[in-house]
Amino acid sequence: MKATEKTAVADAFEKLKQIAASHCEEISQEKPVIMVGAATCGRAAGAPEVIQAFRDEIKKRKIDCPVIEVGCMGHCYAEPLVIINKPGYPPICYGYVNPVIAERLVKEFIIGDNPCPEFVLAALEPNDLLPSFSDFPRSQYERKIILKNCGHIDPKDIDQYINADGYAGLAKALQTTPSKVIEEVINSGLRGRGGAGFPTGQKWQSCRDEPGKPKYIICNADEGDPGAFMDRSILESDPHTVIEGMIIGGYAIGARHGYIYVRAEYPLAVKRLETALRQAKKSNLLGSHILGGDFSFDIKLFHGSGAFVCGEETALIASLEGRMGMPRHRPPYPSSHGLDGKPTIVNNVKTLAFVPSIIRNGAAWFRDIGTKDSPGTAVFALAGKIVNTGLVEVPMGTTLRQIIFDVGSGIPNGKQFKAVQIGGPSGGCLPESALDIPVDFDSLHKAGAMMGSGGMVVLDEDDCMVEIARYFLEFTQRESCGKCTFCRLGTKQMLEVLTDFTFGEGTLEDIDKLEQLAEEVQAGSLCRLGQTAPNPILTTLRYFRDEYEEHIELGKCPALMCQHLIAYYILPDKCERSCDACVGTCTVEAISPNKKRIKVIDQEKCVKCGTCLAACPPQYNAIVKLSPPSEVPAK
Amino acid sequence: MIAIPDENDTASEEAQNRETTKKVLKGFGRKRFNLIPILQKVQGSLGYLPREAMTEIAEYLNIPAIDVYGVITFYNQFRLTPPGRHSIRVCLGTACHMKGGYITLDAWKRRLEINPGETTADREFDLDTVACVGCCTMAPVTVVDEKPEGNVEPTRVDGILLAFEQERAGRDEEESESD
Repeated sequence: MKATEKTAVADAFEKLKQIAASHCEEISQEKPVIMVGAATCGRAAGAPEVIQAFRDEIKKRKIDCPVIEVGCMGHCYAEPLVIINKPGYPPICYGYVNPVIAERLVKEFIIGDNPCPEFVLAALEPNDLLPSFSDFPRSQYERKIILKNCGHIDPKDIDQYINADGYAGLAKALQTTPSKVIEEVINSGLRGRGGAGFPTGQKWQSCRDEPGKPKYIICNADEGDPGAFMDRSILESDPHTVIEGMIIGGYAIGARHGYIYVRAEYPLAVKRLETALRQAKKSNLLGSHILGGDFSFDIKLFHGSGAFVCGEETALIASLEGRMGMPRHRPPYPSSHGLDGKPTIVNNVKTLAFVPSIIRNGAAWFRDIGTKDSPGTAVFALAGKIVNTGLVEVPMGTTLRQIIFDVGSGIPNGKQFKAVQIGGPSGGCLPESALDIPVDFDSLHKAGAMMGSGGMVVLDEDDCMVEIARYFLEFTQRESCGKCTFCRLGTKQMLEVLTDFTFGEGTLEDIDKLEQLAEEVQAGSLCRLGQTAPNPILTTLRYFRDEYEEHIELGKCPALMCQHLIAYYILPDKCERSCDACVGTCTVEAISPNKKRIKVIDQEKCVKCGTCLAACPPQYNAIVKLSPPSEVPAK
Repeated sequence: MIAIPDENDTASEEAQNRETTKKVLKGFGRKRFNLIPILQKVQGSLGYLPREAMTEIAEYLNIPAIDVYGVITFYNQFRLTPPGRHSIRVCLGTACHMKGGYITLDAWKRRLEINPGETTADREFDLDTVACVGCCTMAPVTVVDEKPEGNVEPTRVDGILLAFEQERAGRDEEESESD
């Protein structure tokens, strides 16, 4: 690169930075700012109503206080979240906000001087007034790189991103050569966060070395794992990081065009990306002659149409080409034969989101975090039976126990931990004894699970392991594209065997057959979907075989979950004559009082929805689940 | 929105669907690459992908109609039947399943008397499942007309339906007044 061009890029970026800084100052100068978490999770919890309440109250009282919609901070359990930044106070985060609290916050904190400690979740910075997030035990373990901006900047405003060091990585990359950029990524040891953990730098290098032209870079945002929402959150909260990562990747491999393949079920992510792309283009960070240099690059959005298998790179490419999303044999790898037969790189959202900070801070900085073979951090979506559901980012090598009990605060309602399901339908269920495994690509693989994209669902004593294996099989069976016989028919057979088990049918030999078939499906499938589909079965068999046996031999579901193996029963000596709570709530009118006004469930009519159990007042606690159903005493 | 057609209407509805499809096609080049974006846009306008739309698209892109049909049936997003006035999508992600999403689905099936993928006879509701909408913290979730509703248990199902019933009663009244 010529020296003049280098300074041109530096100058252009400096100018952008100045504009961004002055714009951000304008927003926050000398006045309070309210930021409301309005990603999909916040919206579902009622963020739009909270925003409206803030705006109405501010308008009514004629004060100058901007209300900004930000993304997701990761504390999804306390949504809707609000951060108030008032001069003279540390930034304070409020949880479980509703319109009434919003109104009070304006009255008492924005206008008055009472920060309403009763609604405070924590302050963002250590201070003398209120506890801060750094006092939480989880902050010891958390290390935010790609979630750094999520929930703290307005995803609709490129200036806020630039002001938070955004696009500095791109400016730095453009001032060196593409091979230097690849070298940096190789040295950082970054491994693909889509699940398999292939070294990103190597992938880029092999694509760069290909003679074919044009080259393409694709961002895989087809997050289809049920129970995983990391990519959605990043795209909704900080879309520019991913875009910046893509531009750097495009520069490194020598691509002119990029595609973001985003799931159509994420309408808000699509909207945020559209806005971000438009703004990047306007600031000359995308398009022709980026920042006045020689490099030109553009990005198009492609809406995925809902097929789990399209997360596989060759299937994703087929889908982009307007065909059915069926994977094909590799090699040739997409890095030589990809989109339209041209060299193509497919990277996951999180992989690309790491790139800007690696370029900005250097490979050594990244290597310092995490473990030797899996540097950096891992992002997990915690869900299921865990207190702090939401997003966490921890260095690789943190143990599962630390993530579940220290970061996630353990299991709610005093229940016992039973298993943790990692990696979605391709991953496995790990029991208590495996909790001290450090989380990295290789250790999890050894334990029979896999990193996957990062879904982590915690299961407690009320969850049936046979049922969860059946659930995942039902999912992979439905999503199998049908190309390979073992995957197409094998998953179907396995599903039928498992369904029989949940009905208390089948024999002990069926377990062995299931195991054998599972291994055959692994061996006989072309892509990761089929190869990993049996993982939930194999791991639950490995760690919870006795539960399978109880289902088959005794017709009993020890966790009281399989609907066909349980019955609801009202204990006559506990049932209160004057109470009718269950009768009214039963959705199928299966409960009626007998002559003594003790309530009785008509087992024929009962659909086992559990509404009565929830309705029975705690002081009586008269309704129980019994398994097998024959335990219910005859009249 | 979408009314139940009687037999005389079918032909005109078909012609109308063709017209709409053609209008959408004008915005795209004749490349196979455009097939999925075209299908998405046509479904956006018509609510579903009828046979006549498929043949129009196949002709425009110069590919066999069976290829269009193949792609439509491969992806979960596309539907072959008209949608109802209200869409009910029950989330069956892992978190929702473990917290009783399947019980919620049973409740919807029982109340609407249809299976997932179907529309009620009066075209008021269509029922479907969705893999995960990413609101795992509020499980079990049902997406009602694009809005994710949290903690939808069987009693809440009845509550949501009651609200729609009232809305419908109001609508019928309005219609009879304007007649």
